Amino acid sequence: MLRPRAIVVGGGISGLMASLRIAELGGHVTLLSTLSLHRSGSVTLQEGINAAMDTKKEGDSPERHFQETIRGGDFLAHQPPVKRMCEAAPGLIHMLDRIGVPFHRTEEGWVDFRRLDGSLYHRAAFAGTTTGQHTHHALAGQIRHHESKGGVTLYEGWEFLSAVLDDQLMCRGVVAMNRASMEIRAFKADAVIFCTGGLGMIYGGSTPAILSTGSAAGVLYQQGVYYANGEFIQIHPSTFTGPDKSFLISEAVVSEGGRYYVLRDKEPWYFLEEWYPPYGNLVPRDIATRAILKVVENFHLGIEGEKEVCLDVSHRDPDSLYSRLGGIVETYRKFAGQDPCRGPMRVRPNVHYSMGGLWVDSCRQMTNIPGLFAAGECDYQYHGANCLGGNALLSSLYGGRVAGESAFCYIKGLEKGTDSVDEGYFTREIKKQTEDNQKILQKQGSVNPHRLHQQLGTLMRENVMTIRHNKVLAETDEKLQEMMEQWENNLTMTDVTHWANDELIFARHLRSMLHLARVITLGAFRRNESRGAHYKPECPDRDDNYWLKMTKAKYTEKGPEFSYEEVDTSLMRPCVRDYTTSGVLV
Amino acid sequence: MKEVYFKIKRCLQRGRDSYWEEFVIPYRSEMTVVTALREIQKNPVNARGQKTTPVVWECSCLEEVCGACSMIINGRARQACSAFVARLEQPILLEPLSKFPLVRDLKVDRLEMSQNLRRVKSWIPVDGTHDVGPGPHQSVRHQQRVYQLSRCTHCGCCLEACPQVNPHNDFVGAYVISQVRWLNRLPSGALNAEDRVDALMASGGLSECSQAQNCVKVCPKGLPLAESIIEMQKSATLRLFKRSLGIS
Repeated sequence: MLRPRAIVVGGGISGLMASLRIAELGGHVTLLSTLSLHRSGSVTLQEGINAAMDTKKEGDSPERHFQETIRGGDFLAHQPPVKRMCEAAPGLIHMLDRIGVPFHRTEEGWVDFRRLDGSLYHRAAFAGTTTGQHTHHALAGQIRHHESKGGVTLYEGWEFLSAVLDDQLMCRGVVAMNRASMEIRAFKADAVIFCTGGLGMIYGGSTPAILSTGSAAGVLYQQGVYYANGEFIQIHPSTFTGPDKSFLISEAVVSEGGRYYVLRDKEPWYFLEEWYPPYGNLVPRDIATRAILKVVENFHLGIEGEKEVCLDVSHRDPDSLYSRLGGIVETYRKFAGQDPCRGPMRVRPNVHYSMGGLWVDSCRQMTNIPGLFAAGECDYQYHGANCLGGNALLSSLYGGRVAGESAFCYIKGLEKGTDSVDEGYFTREIKKQTEDNQKILQKQGSVNPHRLHQQLGTLMRENVMTIRHNKVLAETDEKLQEMMEQWENNLTMTDVTHWANDELIFARHLRSMLHLARVITLGAFRRNESRGAHYKPECPDRDDNYWLKMTKAKYTEKGPEFSYEEVDTSLMRPCVRDYTTSGVLV
Repeated sequence: MKEVYFKIKRCLQRGRDSYWEEFVIPYRSEMTVVTALREIQKNPVNARGQKTTPVVWECSCLEEVCGACSMIINGRARQACSAFVARLEQPILLEPLSKFPLVRDLKVDRLEMSQNLRRVKSWIPVDGTHDVGPGPHQSVRHQQRVYQLSRCTHCGCCLEACPQVNPHNDFVGAYVISQVRWLNRLPSGALNAEDRVDALMASGGLSECSQAQNCVKVCPKGLPLAESIIEMQKSATLRLFKRSLGIS
């Protein structure tokens, strides 16, 4: 058989990991990335990578890591894949250590670990507060190596437009567009892996990079891939609002001694420490976020009446802060104009991560379309209803690796390779996308796509954030449909050129964002319980009798059609998720 | 301040005429150059009130770790996301980086930066990504040094500022030399240090540096680029010496 050929869409950490595995196994990878690799959103990941190596003799183990992850995600993740991820984690840290990630060290020279949210153990390996950047750079080096050996062909500056499916609904390649020349061409392969990241831009100025629009996932959803658990959007407790985005202040700060407080009767009140003694400031993000909302909205104790609280690390030695939190200290100094070593930071909750994503099977990372795989933030697999710090990066690495390996095996087992598939599937898809672009470029209505996006962000931030009400969600869905109508019939393109037309690309992204916004909103509307990041005051408790199941949204012309999938809880029985006591895990 | 004046150098496509277009943007506190460019996207109208196209530029993380939004702002190569308008003299002049092929307006093609990294074998050859146990020990002090060098964002500012990066030579630039220093300092990277030094001794490598030290002045991450160049030159000298004695 010929050398197995795969396409990886997305040059972030999971995309690089998937590509690496395929090239290593002897396959060939066409790696498509919308920007040059180093611009990937993965570089903004801060706090670390979880791996239970128990180097501090606290009694940690992959089993504990698994239990804390499942509990942290409020029992909504299928358990076997999470277990496998936790078991693989130490090996991944060793690998990153060998390829040049400058992990912080203990005095003896071993990799150092920090404690993050939802855990009682020092489990996250870290490189300052720019772990994502260093991990990405080291992996990019490995990709260059394979490129020089012919195992990887890199296409930087290519925007994914659609997947090519044959009449048996098997994925045979993709159609993509060069962001400069706007050339549209088909790329053929026997398997395609999507590692296209999150969708924070649906909420406007959130912490992810500006290209985290969920655009590719939205396109695939419209092509028939199920979108799972969309309603689970992580609101991170500590961010600060900058001029153009929200900046993350990760739990790394807390693990270096940072404490949340507000002033009550002119005295600092460390509310998280009081309410959740064993975990203190390191409760899972969904719980910390709701606690902050309670303090600022119910008790009206926000700083200067704003919905902000203090996060203070200034009592620690500045030299050690700079060496262990360098990136955050620098960012806060630069963009907030204050020095975290000298006084408290002002933080507020904001959108950070999407636990939901493309539905994939639990062994292979394959979606419901054969030959179409997904990994990283764009899949839904590893976090359930809430993601713990240090697990996002881990799941990107692990999911990417699994996707790479299983895509390779899938190709080996194919009876009919893509080369024997009718050329017509590719030419038709190119034609379809070319016509789509022309149709968009002809739009001369009255709504600017960037303004429409601003409205979308405001709507979602106001209505589909931390606290959700059914009435509001229903109204939001109606507004979203109006916006889709606006997009279709009243959009205006101010740039109609056929060269490096970013406005056209943005208009396409916006369409995807609107579709996924409906999936998020309606998923939230239907889920009448509170679980992890999804909180409804109307039904404030978790309902395992009825809702211990995954949401699966299927695209139809009328809107998303929902079905539900039982959660595999074969390894750990769901129990009460209580962080007020250290509790004994089963 | 109520309004901010911008003069932006625009060009539809490489080879076409470029021209200056002026914009007046309402001022918002803490606004950056990126904020202004995003305002133009929402309302592409120039200072004369004429409809125009939105300005094309590249950006991604908006927090100065991805290196995407490099451009020349008031004559200096820097990141637009951290260029606060209140600290800039007006009119604020925006131009694309000049050392790279232009794509459109403020967007340039920096793909050659990845090619340069390939030229010097900027990777650590490993047996595979499978688990063969932990990497080598490193002291805290050593980790701090390599951590600093690993922070390069590939923004291209050091190339823009360097007089030796010009059409007459193929200098790889300070960031590549710094990258080699980083890899050579890692215990696992040191095993292949000589291959990378050899690559830097080839044409377009270390010998092209004229010690202008402009790179250090513009690096947004404050990397010790000049120091890296000197250290790599020392490695190259040592390599030459060893070669002349026939011991490598």
